[in-house]
Amino acid sequence: MSGRADGSQGLDVAIIGAGPAAFYAAEALLRDGPPGTRVDMYDRLPTPFGLVRHGVAPDHQKIKTVTRSFARVAENPGFRFFGNVEFGRDLTLDDIRRHYHQVLFATGAQTDRRMNIPGEDLRGSHPATAFVAWYNGHPDFQACEFDLSQERVAVVGVGNVAIDVARILCLSREEMEQTDMPRRVIDALSASRVREVHLLGRRGPAQAAFTNPELKELAHLADADLIIRRDEAELDELSRAELEARGDHLACRKVEMIAEFAARPAEGKRRKLFLRFLVSPVELVDNGGGAVGALRLARNRLVANESGALTAEAMGEFETIEAGLVFRSVGYRGVPLQDVPFHERWGVILNRLGRVLDSETNEPATGMYTAGWIKRGPSGVIGTNKPDAVETVAAMLEDAAAGHTLAPVSCPQRDFPALLRTQGCRCVTFDEWRLIDAAEQALGASEGRPRAKLASVAEMLACLDAEGEGPSRLASAAG
Amino acid sequence: MKLESVLAAKGPQVFTTPASASIGTAIAALARNNIGALIVVDEAGIPFGILSERDIIRHFAAADDPEKATVGDWMASPVMVASPADDAEAVLRTMTSRRFRHMPVVESGRLVGMVTIGDLVKAQLNEYRGAVETLETQLMDA
Repeated sequence: MSGRADGSQGLDVAIIGAGPAAFYAAEALLRDGPPGTRVDMYDRLPTPFGLVRHGVAPDHQKIKTVTRSFARVAENPGFRFFGNVEFGRDLTLDDIRRHYHQVLFATGAQTDRRMNIPGEDLRGSHPATAFVAWYNGHPDFQACEFDLSQERVAVVGVGNVAIDVARILCLSREEMEQTDMPRRVIDALSASRVREVHLLGRRGPAQAAFTNPELKELAHLADADLIIRRDEAELDELSRAELEARGDHLACRKVEMIAEFAARPAEGKRRKLFLRFLVSPVELVDNGGGAVGALRLARNRLVANESGALTAEAMGEFETIEAGLVFRSVGYRGVPLQDVPFHERWGVILNRLGRVLDSETNEPATGMYTAGWIKRGPSGVIGTNKPDAVETVAAMLEDAAAGHTLAPVSCPQRDFPALLRTQGCRCVTFDEWRLIDAAEQALGASEGRPRAKLASVAEMLACLDAEGEGPSRLASAAG
Repeated sequence: MKLESVLAAKGPQVFTTPASASIGTAIAALARNNIGALIVVDEAGIPFGILSERDIIRHFAAADDPEKATVGDWMASPVMVASPADDAEAVLRTMTSRRFRHMPVVESGRLVGMVTIGDLVKAQLNEYRGAVETLETQLMDA
């Protein structure tokens, strides 16, 4: 059992990051931790909820209802949220060591993996995460410029993020007006000249990572025809055998749906969304002006490797498709944190059941833990972070019970905000987030939308500073 | 889900043995580390065999003089290996159908970890739990 510097009993835990894994971990700590457990959650943005706010597609509002259960966690008296505090700048590992018994890193997988092909960095080639963050109102990405005057766009990958990007590019103005995207984003997307979107999958229909509801949505867009080549929708023998062995009726249904959509004639809608399989970009081709003009694709066939997984193998046949804008969505990886061990190749914090491993000794580093995508890589749905976080918390509480914690010399309760390095750092509490939340919802309601996001930290803080001056000032700050 | 996701939360520790080690030494290593298999590597650290509890039991039952046996005598070789980028579900299916419980993971020729059938079942279970949790939350908060 851990004691505090002020003589009281209890565990002080800092959580870095405020996405699903962070909240599931906070919930488990406050429920299962020793009496007096307190959790301080830090995020570099003023807003909580991580990818639920900045990753989940803006036309999938129902998925975002999970934030209600996170908000209930925040009502626990042992919980504090400090947004707009950046680990490594405002708060270092040394600061944490002086104030907390344990720290949990749940910072997610914030960046894309690279394709490692020529032309990848040409102008007009972007990581899909940047586009997703832009249309979702992430303050760090509002200055990004995407050339939506291009008529042809390629999205590399067929995971749910790639599907989201393709769908958002194809939404009609009416469909966009049901979302919570910032007004500026809706205006930019509405003015887009995109006519063709090419989604490029390296393997076949049976291996596509997108889920059936996402596929169904693509087939029912108001403004775009979904076009699938019949030859690419057909299953090869290996995939057929794999599907039979899996006995997975959802995967079988996905393959059936793809075949149905491939057989359907186009309806002549304004845009065309091509869903391709068994192709890999091998080069992004310069348009002569330093920007991407086309993609050279290799056609693939599937082969079973030694362990039984089906992988794509180039057949030696190539094709070229024109595209002036490319979004790369071939996987995600975490970003290293100052003074925290990091596995560069896999983009995660190596750990054992959530205990961060020292990169030299491979033994657990005292008091340091991890959960979510930075722990295991980008896999699963939002809820997958719950068993993941619970596993980490079990390790934390086992270590705390054994007395294996950091040895804080002071209490965060007493020292905050003086413990922050940046003097005058304007941290945002959970109650203040509720004010931002209310302002965004009010602004959205005035436009007949569920919410209209504030997309800059300055706007959010202005909204808080205006709060004392009545609702009209609040709305104008939000606008 | 890729195998690297499973390995990330398991740690990179892999227990290896040379083929020349005695079976007694190998059994002691299994007991000391509370594990079920050792990967047999050559001088360059390249895996070329595996010695599991099951191999030991099978050979012990048939051996005239088990104390003289070496790892090389009782190991299974060649050993099937996977890549960190392999799909965990496909590897789980292969391990179930081929009836083995340990899969070394090799990246660019280098041994980077080992997954057991228990690791893969747990990862799969967490995926299902996660899906149920997500759906339940949506239903409750709708």
